[in-house]
Amino acid sequence: MADTAQPTAVALGDATVAFRVAGDRVYTAVEKANLSVAHGEFVAIVGPTGCGKSTLLNVAAGLLKPASGSVKIFDQPLTGLNREAGYLFQADALFPWKTAIDNVAIGLEIKGAPREQALQRAQAWLTSVGLGAFANRYPHMLSGGQRKRVGLAQVLIRDPKILLMDEPFGPLDAQTRQIMGNLLLELWNADRKAVLFVTHDLEEAIALADRVVIMSAGPSARIIGDWRVKLPRPRDISEVRMEKDFHELHREIWGVLKDEVMKGYVQSTQAAGVG
Amino acid sequence: MSRSMLLLSQLLVAVVALALWQFLTTVPVFGKILLPPFFFSNPVDVGSQIVKWFSSGVIWKHLIITLWESILAFVIGSIAGVLVGFWFARQPRVAAVFDPYVKMINALPRVVLAPIFTLWLGLGIWSKVALGVTLVFFIVFFNVYQGVKEVSNTVLDNGRMLGMNERQLMRHVYWPSALSWMFSSLHTSVGFAVVGAVVGEYLGSAAGLGYLIQQAEGVFDVAGVFAGMFVLSAFVILIDMGVTVVERRLLVWRPATAEGRG
Repeated sequence: MADTAQPTAVALGDATVAFRVAGDRVYTAVEKANLSVAHGEFVAIVGPTGCGKSTLLNVAAGLLKPASGSVKIFDQPLTGLNREAGYLFQADALFPWKTAIDNVAIGLEIKGAPREQALQRAQAWLTSVGLGAFANRYPHMLSGGQRKRVGLAQVLIRDPKILLMDEPFGPLDAQTRQIMGNLLLELWNADRKAVLFVTHDLEEAIALADRVVIMSAGPSARIIGDWRVKLPRPRDISEVRMEKDFHELHREIWGVLKDEVMKGYVQSTQAAGVG
Repeated sequence: MSRSMLLLSQLLVAVVALALWQFLTTVPVFGKILLPPFFFSNPVDVGSQIVKWFSSGVIWKHLIITLWESILAFVIGSIAGVLVGFWFARQPRVAAVFDPYVKMINALPRVVLAPIFTLWLGLGIWSKVALGVTLVFFIVFFNVYQGVKEVSNTVLDNGRMLGMNERQLMRHVYWPSALSWMFSSLHTSVGFAVVGAVVGEYLGSAAGLGYLIQQAEGVFDVAGVFAGMFVLSAFVILIDMGVTVVERRLLVWRPATAEGRG
């Protein structure tokens, strides 16, 4: 899918992320991560719980600064926040005091767009995520899935070149996740942004992405695998899971991931024992 | 319980209480009146006192004075509370320096300030307003401070990623969050504004509901004291109903389960 004429959308070079914890101790979350996302490419990062997947995403967003290594966005070193990126958070990130349409329109309004025009575009985006009739609802009046749809519209209305997604469908039930996955693919297919999608669900990753990147268990998590998904597009999330290629790839990746998941599990139980 | 049934029961409580009061203050039980009218008056006298106030129109002047003092105390206290709350929340160092003094002043029972305010500001409305302000300020201040500090990090990051600068974060994130906390304590702060006004009037003034009660008490006019109390509670209930209406409009975005804080 990658368009070679375009510069790489996101490039992490030997990025190490460390946090200072209690005094002089340093906790290394991610060590020497090399990762590149081509223009128009959909990359999923999969790893055990607490491996620093979200940390990596925050580095790409500019919300976190790596202790060492480089972050380049379209070949430019990243300073401050990543202005090319839209970020869909795992937790609820909508402004609870704004209606759905105001939540979506805000991205344009802060850029100085006239309110009338912003509202019009926001209404169009709400319609394209299937919430045209819910414009005047406040977030608490919407279901979890509906809130994610508003979140998606809120991010996409700004037309970012890069889409960063942190387990965006994690809190949703299985059916809603599939529907949201298909919606995401449909919207992505329209203009093929570069996507970095973090998830702990390998099946979701394979069904959505062009590439699946596997991280080891933390601390000092590393990228330990990188697979290309050759399933044809456009895909339907629920149907693609039935295909033979899907199963083979899943088995192959899971062979690597399984050990890390077990390591991550053991570490989390030990940490609980100590703490 | 159905609505009409509930209303009927509520009415019944009032009727029984009033009847009992009337009975015990006027009819001797075993040759003795249990509640001496001199100390307890009786509902008929209290009622006629209230009617007299309203029919002659003297009460309006006092009501308006008390209302005006309450409004001023509320508005000034709220504005000061919002500004200082915002300032402290955004400048942790300032907050840390002033913290013990804020706690100290807040710990002080505010009634003791009334004589000072009377000395400084005279017997007019401003000494009452000042007393109300000291009460309202702290409620609003603590709520706004909390509201700004407890803005969800995810919502903040989202604002930043959507391209908001500091000023826009202030307007679209910190400000609504702080205001929502302030509004959720609206009942408490409005109530305290009235308390400040009435207590101030009671301790020294020339007009207002507190003055009316204090005057009646001074001449052992118990009916007048009770009448003043009834008018005062009706007055507070009316204000509270107004606050509820305002609150419903301002906090539509809040889930109904969220209880008022403060």
